[in-house]
Parts: sequence; structure tokens; C-alpha cells
Amino acid sequence: MKQFAELIRTLDSTNKTTLKVEALSHYFKTASDKDKVWTIAILSHRRPPRPVNTNLMRQWASTFAKIPLWLFEESYHIVGDLAETIALVIPPSSASSEKSLNQFLQEMIELKPRSEEEKKEYLYENWFTLNYYERFVFTKLITGSFRIGVSQKLMTRALLKATEIDEDILAYKLMGNWDPATTTFTDLVLEEKPEDYLSKPYPFYLAYAIEDEPETLGDVKEWVAEHKWDGIRSQVIIRNGELFVWSRGEELVTDKYPEFEKFIHLIPDGTVIDGEILPFPKNEIGTFKDLQTRIGRKNITKKLLEKTPVILKAYDLLEWKGEDIREKAYQKRRELLEQLFVDVASDEIPLHISSTISFQTWDEVAKERDRSREVKSEGLMLKRWDSPYLVGRKKGDWWKWKVDPLTIDAVLTYAMRGHGRRSNLFTDYTFGLWDEEKEELVTFAKAYSGLTDAEFRKVDAWIKKNTLERFGPVRSVTPQHVFEIAFEGIAESSRHKSGVATRFPRILRWRHDKKIEEANTLEDLKALIPK
Amino acid sequence: MKTPLLVFNQKGIYCEVADVYLDPWKPVKKAIISHGHADHSRWGHQQYITHHTNVPIIKHRLGDISVTGKAWNETFTINGVKFSLHPAGHIIGSSQIRVEYKGEVWVFTGDYKTEDDGLAVPYEVIKCHTFITECTFGLPAFKWVPQEQVFHDINTWWQQNQDDGRTSVLFGYSLGKAQRLLKHLDTSVGKIYTHGAIENMTEVIREIADLPPTEKITRDTKKEDLKGNIVIAPPSAHGSPWIKKMVPYVTASASGWMTFRGARRRRAIDKGFVLSDHCDWQGLLNSIKATGAEKIICTHGYTDIFSRFLAEQGYDARTEQTQYEEESSEENSKEKQES
Repeated sequence: MKQFAELIRTLDSTNKTTLKVEALSHYFKTASDKDKVWTIAILSHRRPPRPVNTNLMRQWASTFAKIPLWLFEESYHIVGDLAETIALVIPPSSASSEKSLNQFLQEMIELKPRSEEEKKEYLYENWFTLNYYERFVFTKLITGSFRIGVSQKLMTRALLKATEIDEDILAYKLMGNWDPATTTFTDLVLEEKPEDYLSKPYPFYLAYAIEDEPETLGDVKEWVAEHKWDGIRSQVIIRNGELFVWSRGEELVTDKYPEFEKFIHLIPDGTVIDGEILPFPKNEIGTFKDLQTRIGRKNITKKLLEKTPVILKAYDLLEWKGEDIREKAYQKRRELLEQLFVDVASDEIPLHISSTISFQTWDEVAKERDRSREVKSEGLMLKRWDSPYLVGRKKGDWWKWKVDPLTIDAVLTYAMRGHGRRSNLFTDYTFGLWDEEKEELVTFAKAYSGLTDAEFRKVDAWIKKNTLERFGPVRSVTPQHVFEIAFEGIAESSRHKSGVATRFPRILRWRHDKKIEEANTLEDLKALIPK
Repeated sequence: MKTPLLVFNQKGIYCEVADVYLDPWKPVKKAIISHGHADHSRWGHQQYITHHTNVPIIKHRLGDISVTGKAWNETFTINGVKFSLHPAGHIIGSSQIRVEYKGEVWVFTGDYKTEDDGLAVPYEVIKCHTFITECTFGLPAFKWVPQEQVFHDINTWWQQNQDDGRTSVLFGYSLGKAQRLLKHLDTSVGKIYTHGAIENMTEVIREIADLPPTEKITRDTKKEDLKGNIVIAPPSAHGSPWIKKMVPYVTASASGWMTFRGARRRRAIDKGFVLSDHCDWQGLLNSIKATGAEKIICTHGYTDIFSRFLAEQGYDARTEQTQYEEESSEENSKEKQES
């Protein structure tokens, strides 16, 4: 643990990527194999299930720190990170543990089924005998995701430096469903074993938003457009008579979409399709809200399957007849995909193909983009006909060209402190629109992003001076500032007070030029709902 | 009902009987000033009274003002009200202000810390009935480690950067924190350079305290000269073109706010040293207990949370609005004199 905590401390002590990579690769060269596997797992968000529920941890932490629970909670809202709060409020210790990271994680796995009393004792023992950084890391391992400014990409770069294995190959090896408790470093990283690859997806190729006018991309004939569907980007794998469905977040979600089991018998072994999972109620594409009813559920009931079935809208073919065809030109891959689709398509099978659209002029492309909301897409994807399927987010061959967001001017009404690098800073805002009589502001959305750091600091300072009431961590503020809020989609909703749900709301800009009387009304917002 | 000895009005903390303000934020006739930071010693009062070590500091900041210097424990009576100044340990020249009238004693802390920083005269406990306390760091998450350890870490960091061929840039406010850093840097590691704002204030403090030699960075300072040495700069210098001269450099900040990982990360500072000129949680609680006061008034900081906790401990605790910078973990473009 000492070594891992030291690594985290070093990563925490610099803002420079090169120094982070250096620290990590040094760690990968010197740590024990077992600890290395855990470190990879933790930094790629594969920690074991949480052994202790966080409510209990809060209670015990406040008991051990001899402070009332409300004070612990207030501190947590200000610190913005549970593990950090716990590490700070427990009386300090300068001791250090000789136990390895592996030992700690094995203990945590064994802790999960134990009684509350045993868990409490385990936490007490460790909290009081670890120094600040070890205590923070220990608690962080228990509480949740380990976000410390190290992306998976940065970690892969460090592994490349330590092992000299190609970055793309590493990215591929680290994907999928491996268990850090039973996997060895040799198996995971060093050794080449084809049978392990049965369920492994390929790293997704992601696009950046287009920066200039599309004309700047050159000859329109070298490009092809397709709609960018608003569902869950996924890879569907059929190998050895088995089906695997991966989401872009590298989560294996096969069980959540039983309708895809039909693929097993129809699609030949050795096929990997890149596509979008879309809700398809009443035989037409639904909204993202429909899909949300499927995402959260553990039990997929028959009723749910009937109400909100899903389809796979196929974009691309990555593996065909067991061969990795990502190097082939997009045009070639599409031909194979379209042939596959023709061979298997029927009303019975939930496979659709995302049509590609060729154009003569960029103006025509722009016109097609304008139709996006109508066809329920988020905009267009522009792909070069001769592009290979790359790894990760890359510029050049693929671009996304989303529709302009919908916008509305709303009034800041409530604020809450943020988390992580925004801890102790009011950055999470609630916005209201006027009711019909323009007497009351009705909450319609929350937004956390879109302002610059400098703007956030200004709003933060203003909020602290203009608080009306406090409700735990939330403050109501004097209605005074108007912000332009952008969002991707809008639908009626009975769950929201305003009667409207917006998708991905964020702040577009601070309207210093507008008074609150000039903010929009709820009626204005409702007028944006597609009929 | 009897008017309290001190009230909080639009202009500041007011003693009606003596017609005197303590650390007022609007221009007044007569002001008793706790210390030299901008939010406590403002411009525009007709008469200033403060500890004599603070006189050159506020004169440097406010120019030609009418100011009277007092010694520690020296009682001065205004219209029957007895005033005296007592060390607050916050920065050099900082005082608590004791106010006594007809046997009733109030103490206003200004800003204070309980640790002896080796520069300011250490904080003294003053018994009182009503204690007006700041609580900038009034949360149990704040726990300072002894400064010997922090300075050991700072000097080790400097040495490491020097070994790596980098310049160390350490941020701290120009009045107080900067001189505390200077006082305890290990000059055997290398030379200390300063930003102009820090050099000017340090020059004033040199009249009162013994500090190691520093060199102001000017247009003529050569990049090669800086390499491996340390530069003390105000936080506002971070991200300014001025800092480019130090390349390759590593940045650090010394402040109580560095307790929070998030506070350091969003400023894009490499290293945070937790070093504050205010009390930590336990320091506040110990001081309050030691004063024997029953009534506690919390001014700036986490006032609501802190006074609620005090009330649960049996104190008659409340908060008052002041214009001392509240929850000042964010620095403004103009340098704010608080850390």
C-alpha cells in the first residue's frame, strides 16, 4: 500500500502529463505483478464491488472523529469527496502499512459478506493506523471510482513505456471483462493468448466535433454522411456461438438486451458490429428517455420488453469471418456490413442498418443535417470513404456535426457546491423559467458546465453574498442573473415540476445584458417540444 | 434593553459609548485596526489606532494617514471605555482588540492563529465575556501540522526541484505569508528571488523583523540565474506572462486551502503545502474555551456551521455579517490579503 499511496501522492503533486506518465511507468517497472494488475484495474474503474455502504461509513467516520453526523455531512459538502473528508476528519496518524495493495483489496473482497460489526472494526483499525495519504487511498478504494486525473489513455502510455508493448494492442488487451483478483500481469499484459480474446471488444473509434465549416473538409465526394443516433453506442460480438454486447463505457451489457440473442443463430461466428442501441417502441425510434427505462433496470421483465423493445442500428463492421478488418477502408467495411444485413434482415430480427447518404454538394449535407430532429437523430456523422477504423478519439477522417442545440434564457435560482476540482465552489446550478403570469420562477433544469473557471469564481462569490436560504447543501439565491441554457432534446415529463424534461442541459453563456424579467417562460419552453 | 457594548452596523463593529469602530469597512472618524490586511484596514478613516509594529505596514499600504501606535497591553480610555491591544499571532503586527466597560469585557480577534510562527508575536489568551471570533477554517477537516514539518517539506521540495534542474515558484500573499516563508526557507539550498509586490512589502517588514536576503526579479534578471533557486510570488502571478521567465519551473502554493485536493487541482498548481495564518478547527475550539467567554460571535468563514456546533456545545453562539472576506478560498484578480 505504501508504494501505491506514494504513487497517488506523486500523481497528485504534479499537473504535468509527462511527469505523471513517468511516475506511473516507474511504478509499473517496480511494483509487484499483483499490485500492478490492481492498479490497472483501479485506474480503469474496475474496482471490486463496494464492501461497505457509504451511509454506514459516514456514520462511523463521524463517530470515530467524535463529531455530530450533521457536521460530517456539512464538511463532506464542502470538501466534495467522501474519502477525502473521512481522511481529514479522523485524528491524524503517522503510521504506515506494510501490507500490499493486493492484500488490502483481497481483504475488501472478503469483507463484503461480513457483519456490520466486523466491517466497523475493520475500518476503525485501518483509519486509525494509516497516515493521511494511505488512509485517503484506502477509503477511496472502498467508496468508489478512483478519479485522480489519470485517464485510461495516460495509463496506457505509461504501460507502453514500462513494457514496450504497442499502445493500441495494450488498449485492446485491457478492454473487456477481466477479473483483477484472478488475472496475472503476465496473462493480462505480457502474454499473447488468442482464446482470451473471445469476448473482447475493439476500442471504439470516436470523433471530434467539426471545428470549421464542412466545406473545409474538401471534396464532398470523398465523404459520406450518416445520422448520429441518440442511444447507446455499442459493439455486438458473435464468436464461437456466443453473444457479447459492450457499451462504449466498456461495460458488458449482454444481459440487458435479451432481444439480441436472436443474432447468435443468424449472424456467423467471428463477427463484430459497431452500432447504436436504440429504443423502438411502436415500431419506430423512440426518445432517449424511453431507453432510460431499460438502462437502469436489473430485471428485464417481459412487460418492459414489450413496452420498450430495442434495436441495433449498425454503423460499421470491425470483424468479419474471424478477421480483424479495421484496417480496410470504410467503403469496403460498409459493403460487407450491407451484405451481412441483406443476408439476415427480417422483421423478426432487431437489426437495422444506419443508412449512408452521399451528396453532390456540401449544401445538400447541411440540408440533411437540418432534418435531424425530425428523424430523431442528434445530427450527422461525416466519414471519409477510405478511412480505417482507428482507436480512440482521433481527428481527420471522422467528424461529428451535431445540430445546434435548443436554447432558452433562464434565471439562476439555486446553487450547490461542486465535487472534485470544483470542491468548495458553487458550480452546480438550478435554473427557473417564468410561469404564465410571470410571477413565479419554475425550476426546469440543472446545469453544471459551460462557464469558464473565471466565470464560475465570479458566480460563486456572488452566490455567497446573495444567499436567501440554505437547505442543507443547497442555497436559494436572489433571482438576478440570466443564463442562456442549451440542451439537446426536450420531451414532456410527469416527473418534473415543470412538466418538461430536457436532455443534457448546460450553460451556453451568461446573459449580462438581460434582466430577469426578460428571461423566457415555461410556455416558450413547451413550444419547443416536437409535436 | 441595554445596547450591547459592540454592535455590528453598516460601517463595521461599533462601540457607541466610545464612538469608535473596530476594523470598519466604510470610512469613519476613529478606527481601531487589528492588522494590515486589506479587508481589515481600509482606506478613508480620519484616525487610525493600531499596534505600533503595524504602523509602517498600513502606512505603506494606505499612504499618508493619521495613525497612532500602541504597545501590547497598553490601556487607552475613550469616553470611559478601556481599550487595549493583545497579540493575535496572525501576521506581524496583528492584534486582538480588548474592550472593557463597567466590568464587561469583549474581545475581537481580527484574524488569529495559535501556533507561534517565529515572526509574529504569538497569540495570547485574553479572558472575556463575549468573544468575537473569525472562523475562516471552522470545519473539522482543517488540522494543521506543526510548521517545522511543513517547512521541512517545502525545503525538501525546493532541493528536489533544484536536483531536477527546475526553478521553484512558491505562491503566498505578499503581507504575512510571504515573510513567514522567507523566515523559514533553508538558504543553504539556494537563493531567494521575489516578485516586486512581495519585495516592496518585505522591505517594510525588514524594519521590524530579521529576514534573509532576497533579490527582486527585474527586467535584467537572467533566466540562468533563477534556475534551481526559489521565487516567492503572490497568487495573482500564477498564469501571468511574468512567470514565463522561470521556465522550467514547478509551482506550489502555501495556504490552509491546500487541505483540499480540489482547491489545488482547479488552480493547476503542482504542489500544495498546508500552511495557514488562521486557526484550525481545534485551535478555534481551544481558544474559545480558554477565553472563558459564554457569548461567542462568529464573523467571517464557515460561520453558520461553526456557530451551530458551538451552540450544541452549550455556548451562546451566533453569527454576524461583516465585510471581511468570506470563505475566501478563491483569489481575485486584485490580490486579496488573506490566506
